[in-house]
Amino acid sequence: MSQTDLEIVVDDPTAPEDDSPAVVSSGTIEIIVCLLLFALAVMLGYDNWRTGASWDSTGPEPGYFPFYLSVILGGGSLYGLVAALITHREAAQTFVTRAQARRVMAVFVPTLLFCLVTQFLGLYVASFLLIAGFMRLVGKIALWKSLLTAFLFTAIMFVTFDVAFDVIMPKGPLEAAFGY
Amino acid sequence: MEAFGLLLHGFAVLLTWKTLVLMMVGLVLGIFVGVLPGLGGPNGVAILLPLTFTMDPTSAIVMLSCIYWGALFGGAITSILFNIPGEAWSVATTFDGYPMAQQGRAAEALTAAFTSSFIGSLVAVLLITFLAPMISSFALKFGPPEFFAVYLLTFCSFVGLGREPKHKTVISMSLGLLLAGVGMDTVSGQLRMTFGSAELLRGINFLVAVIGLFGISEILLTMEERLALRGHAASISLRVVLSVWKDLPKYWVTLLRSSFIGCWLGITPGGAIAASFMGYNLAKRFARDPESFGKGRIEGVFAPETAAHASGTSALLPMLALGIPGSGTAAILLGGLMVWGLNPGPLLFVEHKDFVWGLIASMYLGNVVGLVLVLTTVPIFASILRVPFAAVAPMIVVSCAIGAYAIQNAMFDIWLMLGFGVVGYVFKKIGIPLAPFTLALVLGSRAEDAFRLSMIGSGGDLKVLWSNGLVGSITTLAIALLFWPVIDGLLARVGWTQRARPVPR
Repeated sequence: MSQTDLEIVVDDPTAPEDDSPAVVSSGTIEIIVCLLLFALAVMLGYDNWRTGASWDSTGPEPGYFPFYLSVILGGGSLYGLVAALITHREAAQTFVTRAQARRVMAVFVPTLLFCLVTQFLGLYVASFLLIAGFMRLVGKIALWKSLLTAFLFTAIMFVTFDVAFDVIMPKGPLEAAFGY
Repeated sequence: MEAFGLLLHGFAVLLTWKTLVLMMVGLVLGIFVGVLPGLGGPNGVAILLPLTFTMDPTSAIVMLSCIYWGALFGGAITSILFNIPGEAWSVATTFDGYPMAQQGRAAEALTAAFTSSFIGSLVAVLLITFLAPMISSFALKFGPPEFFAVYLLTFCSFVGLGREPKHKTVISMSLGLLLAGVGMDTVSGQLRMTFGSAELLRGINFLVAVIGLFGISEILLTMEERLALRGHAASISLRVVLSVWKDLPKYWVTLLRSSFIGCWLGITPGGAIAASFMGYNLAKRFARDPESFGKGRIEGVFAPETAAHASGTSALLPMLALGIPGSGTAAILLGGLMVWGLNPGPLLFVEHKDFVWGLIASMYLGNVVGLVLVLTTVPIFASILRVPFAAVAPMIVVSCAIGAYAIQNAMFDIWLMLGFGVVGYVFKKIGIPLAPFTLALVLGSRAEDAFRLSMIGSGGDLKVLWSNGLVGSITTLAIALLFWPVIDGLLARVGWTQRARPVPR
């Protein structure tokens, strides 16, 4: 096979190594998820039962439909729990390796911070900080490129949503200073 | 023919500068979304949905459906040039598409992919044009029991026909139906499952959940993988296009077979992936020299692409005619209809003729324009992949947040989106399918209303679901589908049906 006409090559220097040790196995996560879902089913089921899950003169009470759904959900998650416990002993499939977890956290933590900043300083400031910070710190892209990209993207979003389409985003002190 | 006249009317609605510009914008955005890693049809449509909130419904749906067509086209670009299927249903396209690119026949493969997508969609749109009005006028006679039976059929077919372990589908579906019930009960006005939280009063918005489940979780998943890529750049010359088109009649059997498979599977939920593999495998089985597949055979591109697009398009048929989406993206479009204040279902064809026929006409026009657009601009879109993911990822996150916030102007929704992002990530990794969840969330309250209305009508007697031939046969079919694996197993034991070979990946 000819490789001569390869024209687009993008490298990923921080890619997770293939031989990175597993942090946790899929089976363990499955057990945890099933337990959580079962707890949720019990909680919602109880709430619906309290609301009223039987029949009255006008037909089914508001909790009727969701009550039986929580029974189904509970049943499904119990079954899943048992199934996961049985297969758990045999093969341990990797849920996430350490290197992968590091990369996922590298996106998740900034996203979490972004939501926090949005709450207090408005979406556009948060957006600028997220893009510039992520490009610079995680992507190791030149500072000026990161700042410029972040500024341009945020500005385009602002013009598109707040100005052109009248879709109003949460804003903070900075926008207030400019009279928006 | 009535449908034809209405279709012409639809074209008349469309042919204004404003709509045509929106169409182009939609297609370009859609191809963008299809090419970028970590974004696909459903999330692209969900994220861009807020852009359309201030438009009139017809312009909005035209733009959104064009985003969808664009994303479908875009998926083929990365499959062929980079061997990276943008969507699960483009996996089969890589089997022969990428080898063709390696042999320096990328332009040919791309032309084949785009053309066959076009043909597949066209067949499906023709089907929609003539079948949807018929089904919807038939469905106008439906009462609550019939509707509930149809919803039941949709849910049961997911459980019975899905490839995932049954209990995982059941978990995903019941969770979706439950979350759909959070907030104020539409019948009695009572609060349910809010636990005293004022934020939960509004309920859990379907689109917020989708943006989190597909957008945010997809970013997390994408980051786990090695993002290095090497691919072929290709520009398509008119000569190649014409030579591929000249050979097209030779493959009419493949095209027709794949279109048929696609249309059939598209109407049943979650069909596009199955359709593309089935299209590919049947083309291989009926070929005179099956071993040449996988080594860069043009039919190996035609077959899955036609089937995937026919199925992606025909998934809109049940959405338009019955208000039941046949795919994740159709479910999001359905969510959009509700935001614009339209009530999905058979009445749409009566009350909003402009809208429905505008949409159907836009499917024709969008596909033609899309075909021309992708054929001419492939090099530009392929080079988008040069943009480092470190720049793309935060932009997608910001777009997701804008989308989630704009739906109800609630900060809480941004947090909800983040939560659903984590849920989506975990669910995908342990194999709990998200499509049933999405479908259940969007249909939940309507299914419940239908159930309660029919129960009120019958005085709480479940026999109402078998009260006449129509509703009885739908309900019976639903239950048969729910237990299909069991029935199929029994039939196989008796020797009535032959086990199909598992699809090689």
